[in-house]
Amino acid sequence: MSENQNINYLNHPKGIMSWLLTLDHKRIGLMYLFSGIIFFLIGGLLALGMRLELAAPGNDFVSNDTYNSMYTLHGAIMIFLFIIPAIPGALGNILLPLMVGAKDVAFPRLNLASFYIYSFGALFAIYTIVNGGVDTGWTFYTPYSTQSTSNVVPMTLGIFIIGFSSILTGLNFIATVHKMRVPGLTWYKLPLFVWALYGTSLVQITATPVLAITMVLLILERFLGIGIFDPALGGDPVLYQHFFWFYSHPAVYIMILPAFGIISEIIPVHSRKKVWGYKFIAYSTLSIAFIGFLVWGHHMFTSGQSVFSQIVFSFITYFVGIPTGVKIFSWILTMYKGQVSFTTPMIYALSFLFLFTIGGLTGIFLGAVALDIHLHDTYFVVAHFHYVMQGGTIIAFLAGLHHWWPKSFGKMYNQKIASLCALGVFIGFNGTFFPQFLLGLRGMPRRYATYSDQFSELHTYSTFWSTILGLSIFIAILNLMWSLRKSNKLNPGSNPWGALTMEWTHTSSPPHPHNFESDPVFTNGPYDYDKVIVEPTLKK
Amino acid sequence: MIDRLNEFFFPKQVSTFASDIDNLFYFIFYSSVALMAVVVIGMVIFSIKYRFKKGDKVRLTSSKDHDNILESLFFIIPLILVSITFVWGIRSYLKMIIVPDDAIEIKVTGQSWFWTFDYPEGGTSLNELVVPSNTPIKILLSSKDVLHSFFIPVMRTKMDALPNRYNIMWFEAQEEGVYDIFCTEYCGTAHSQMAAKVIVMKPKQYEEWVKELGSGDDDLPLDELGEKLYTKKACNTCHTLDGSDLVGPSYLETSRMWGQTRNFEDGSSAVIDENYIRKSILEPQSQIVAGYQGVMPTYQGLLSDRELDALIAFLKSLNENRN
Repeated sequence: MSENQNINYLNHPKGIMSWLLTLDHKRIGLMYLFSGIIFFLIGGLLALGMRLELAAPGNDFVSNDTYNSMYTLHGAIMIFLFIIPAIPGALGNILLPLMVGAKDVAFPRLNLASFYIYSFGALFAIYTIVNGGVDTGWTFYTPYSTQSTSNVVPMTLGIFIIGFSSILTGLNFIATVHKMRVPGLTWYKLPLFVWALYGTSLVQITATPVLAITMVLLILERFLGIGIFDPALGGDPVLYQHFFWFYSHPAVYIMILPAFGIISEIIPVHSRKKVWGYKFIAYSTLSIAFIGFLVWGHHMFTSGQSVFSQIVFSFITYFVGIPTGVKIFSWILTMYKGQVSFTTPMIYALSFLFLFTIGGLTGIFLGAVALDIHLHDTYFVVAHFHYVMQGGTIIAFLAGLHHWWPKSFGKMYNQKIASLCALGVFIGFNGTFFPQFLLGLRGMPRRYATYSDQFSELHTYSTFWSTILGLSIFIAILNLMWSLRKSNKLNPGSNPWGALTMEWTHTSSPPHPHNFESDPVFTNGPYDYDKVIVEPTLKK
Repeated sequence: MIDRLNEFFFPKQVSTFASDIDNLFYFIFYSSVALMAVVVIGMVIFSIKYRFKKGDKVRLTSSKDHDNILESLFFIIPLILVSITFVWGIRSYLKMIIVPDDAIEIKVTGQSWFWTFDYPEGGTSLNELVVPSNTPIKILLSSKDVLHSFFIPVMRTKMDALPNRYNIMWFEAQEEGVYDIFCTEYCGTAHSQMAAKVIVMKPKQYEEWVKELGSGDDDLPLDELGEKLYTKKACNTCHTLDGSDLVGPSYLETSRMWGQTRNFEDGSSAVIDENYIRKSILEPQSQIVAGYQGVMPTYQGLLSDRELDALIAFLKSLNENRN
């Protein structure tokens, strides 16, 4: 037994090939995690470069073309190479089989193939970066993208390829949730993170093909001049927008649903309290995933689409807003009569609630057609989607990373530094993006390399705080990496937070190569803090 | 007080529907502040009141996980607020798209990277939209190349310019002045310099201005006319006068190189003289200066012969001025 305790998925088997050819979901998850973090840092550096250029009105730091390339790469890398693959690919892969008591995902070989397809697509993105970038914006709107002389084809080809990785991962997760659950773990006893991954996977397999088709048509248009989108060839550029947003709006839910899942796990654990409104959170995840397919037209309120379409898209948009609002209240009520600890993951989770609420509420402004006409394509939109994507998804990702880090590695990070960084991220984020709401209201358009003097004060604030934000994230990641050193003696124990989900209660940290030493037996629901006491193994 | 608040959030309210849209903003803003307050207060109270204190023992906690009345409230209150928002948003939107019958129709064309305005009385202006106050203006919008978007912040209105279809917008300015126009659909290198102005005049002034538009500045000396055209025809979007690079070569540099040979991207070259400048303006794609992108549109049909002469004279004069 004592010998067994030293064997875990990190040290057994050994050797580089055992990693590159691994079929272990946990190892594949880690490979996603580290490649995701690398792209996150690249995207982040690009963002800081943009803020530097925007610190003052003129072209002080880079030229127009360089700036245009930077903002395009920032968006494309963050979305297609980090956010979309990273949470399902990293945290999803590591946790899903553990949470449902399975030895692995349903199709381990397919899982490894997903990772290599993702890596292959990422090579195209890296080629785009070193070959001088691409200047169309991550949206690749035609006819500019059919005419631009920059690397449109390598980048869109990369996105096309990465799409297959998304589809296969989604497929794998759906099969795993349906078929691999341990006996007794019924649907209503699944951790909410599993529900979230399930909803995400459904969107991935249904929406991603549309993106793939759009990218193929764009590439064909450039090579063969087939005339789908380019009006010079008889095509319609607005058709491209319909195609693009039919994927890219649901993609917003691919990005945010896993974040909802993470928050639904972290708040009950660190409040030691049964989650509020379990069924509501589970069902609203699925309904948001579905309604997300019907609102793409709200990205096109100034494109000249018919008045009837404008009204319908505005109307349906609010149907996403309401269930999301109720979820936020559910998370807050989860703390009611609990035992709340201000751990690092909990600090991130609380800042998620604050920031995501602002992100959601500013979506209400943009859903009102008359007001959107003024705010469309201004910094208000930039601030809004950063509050959702960074304030929501990335903060939740950092929360999850700090929550499951001791699970994944069996090592504890320096909690004081981690919590300080969490505060730094919160303050730096608000300082960076809150002024951008005002910029947008006052009429500052997005995707501008230079701007008129009237906007300079707010831009300078934004740039100043972005350094705090960047530094905090960088130190937070460094702090996590530093905890992996051999001499680190901070031992979190197998269940540092006293959580009740199976990945904590039924296996060691880090887990055994086959997840569980013997077949796990389902004993308690994931949030039964009213029935079961598990002492946290992390010493205060 | 209200005015000060409005100045903080918004640019001036110039169009007839601006105040309505701003009021919609304030309605959503105050509702959001109220909802946000509930969220923050809930978070702070629960997390502090139920915090795990030093010396506390881990214990079983409450099994309460639903409350029908409370949850109905969370549904119903936001539902009422978003319903008002939705209806208000649509009603105001209808005001923004139903063009009054007596509107003056101005044709607006976007092109990388300037705006052209064609007036019903004949005559064209570049990057300066002149309109009479207290008169509805209908904008018939299109693009000559890629997508652009025509945004006038003080009017609170905006519309995409498409290459294959006309889009329509309208506004009525209530106050004379000079206001910003921005392009808000990304359109390439000089997207952020594709700025124009809307100049709102008293109707009488406007009539005079339009009458003079066709006749031009016949009495001005050529180089002075050229200096005017330099900004009026949007040359300044891409070419500077101080020698620094923007999208194209600076006029000053070209002026200093007068009589010398210039190399082109395709390996050919030409001596910089009057004919070279004329050809560069009318057929910019035929000779792209080495190190620059061939992105300039043709000015064929947008400049008269005298105006071409004027621009050439202005460019030549730059070097002499410095000496």
